[in-house]
Amino acid sequence: MSGGVIARPTTSTPEDQIQRYTYKERVYHWINAIAFTYLLLTGLALFTPFLWWLASVLGGGGTIRYWHPWVGLVYVVTIFWMYSKWKSDMKAIPADKQWSKNLKAYVENHDEQMPPQSRFNAGQKQFWWVMFYCTLILLITGIIMWFPERIPGSEHWILPITVFIHSTTALVAIAAFIIHVYMSIWVTPGSMKAMIEGNVSANWARTHHRLWYEKITGRKG
Amino acid sequence: MSNGNLEIKAISGHRGGTPGKGVSRDYDVCKLVDTTTCIGCKACEVACLEWNGYEFRETVFDNTYQTMPETAWNFWNLIKFKETEDENGNLQWLMRKDQCMHCEEPGCLIACPADGAIVQYTNGIVDFNQENCIGCEYCVTGCPFNIPKFNQETKKVYKCTLCSDRVGAGLEPACIKSCPTGCLHFGSKEDMLDIANKRVDQIKRETSHKNAGVYDPSGVGGTHVVYVLHDMNKTDDYQLPADPTVPFFVRMWKGPLKWLGGIGMAAGVLGVFMHYVRYGPKEVDKNEEVKR
Repeated sequence: MSGGVIARPTTSTPEDQIQRYTYKERVYHWINAIAFTYLLLTGLALFTPFLWWLASVLGGGGTIRYWHPWVGLVYVVTIFWMYSKWKSDMKAIPADKQWSKNLKAYVENHDEQMPPQSRFNAGQKQFWWVMFYCTLILLITGIIMWFPERIPGSEHWILPITVFIHSTTALVAIAAFIIHVYMSIWVTPGSMKAMIEGNVSANWARTHHRLWYEKITGRKG
Repeated sequence: MSNGNLEIKAISGHRGGTPGKGVSRDYDVCKLVDTTTCIGCKACEVACLEWNGYEFRETVFDNTYQTMPETAWNFWNLIKFKETEDENGNLQWLMRKDQCMHCEEPGCLIACPADGAIVQYTNGIVDFNQENCIGCEYCVTGCPFNIPKFNQETKKVYKCTLCSDRVGAGLEPACIKSCPTGCLHFGSKEDMLDIANKRVDQIKRETSHKNAGVYDPSGVGGTHVVYVLHDMNKTDDYQLPADPTVPFFVRMWKGPLKWLGGIGMAAGVLGVFMHYVRYGPKEVDKNEEVKR
């Protein structure tokens, strides 16, 4: 309190709390998340007649056709920003192999059988790289689908395969997204707080990301 | 063919059977384009513009007798021109009237995501309703003939309507009405194929074009615009695809992928819910040393 700084949990890191995500990381993550959600809903409206009603909810078919590519660019830019920040944290470490081998134990919440993990565990890394490569594919195919009228008639054979790849890739990203959202909201309490407020408890860090915890705090065990 | 319900069913004071009763008749429509008698006068191009209310648009001169390289959003009917040689080495000027083929199995309609933007009438006409069009151009992706054209200003797609407004009133399409040589015919598909086949027989019998034939591609279920061609082996020279189909990946995308994707997403959401019911969250007990 002295020095005029009010120590709120969200603005400083209190005792036994560790900063997991910086303010910038959180902002970019949530811009990306909102963009993804919009792309998901508008994409699904265009994907199947059963969800065409989403187009009406979101302003009509012409509106979503106009905005989907632009919001897609926002999504791509924020993914690239996260790539620049996280690519070293997303590199595989030797323990990841064992982690992937023990995946069944992780799914069944026998976390004591899992090897210690760094800032992101092997599953989170897999999620990241699936999303990253899906984004590249969606970007390339999406640009073609943005301006089909610019493609000469003799090259129209490219359009069906482009649309098919865009849809298939989106479905892969959606599968990863479902698991990501489920894990963060329900499976690992504390991770939502980490992405909103930035902090996790020391205990949380030690449990889920032992190697990262040791590196950050300098403590052992 | 709006007068389909005026067939005689019963006749008053008439002895014996009712003439024509029970005779079925096709009320679908079809254009027949006989390329062997087309002189490339382009009256049909002008008639199309006039009826549909478009000004003549800017064009590109490409050193041929073709008005522009391809049809446009406001130019639906184009005589494609090619100078070539026939099998005997004789100079040939091929003219083909290019417009929407009105496929029985329309790739544009299959690909379109917007409810009611594309309709197919029972008479075979495939029509775009611009008020429902969202400008995604999936129809461009689905069309094997490169027909739907995008308008940058309205952000909507346009193409030949087979003069559905005229046909609905019992009139022939504007292009048919304008043709001075009679190379354009209009009627039921059955009648047009009948005329086309007789014409092909005549060409084979009386000329050197022994490969003449009728272009009615089965890959798209047949079309409601059919051609008589001098040589069925030279569809390329007419700038026609030899065996057009709804593209394979459009079928996959609108068929299996749509169903598998929908079921997969529902299964995914249900799956994670069932996981939670079975295993619950990974709690971190704050009061205990973490187990290793």
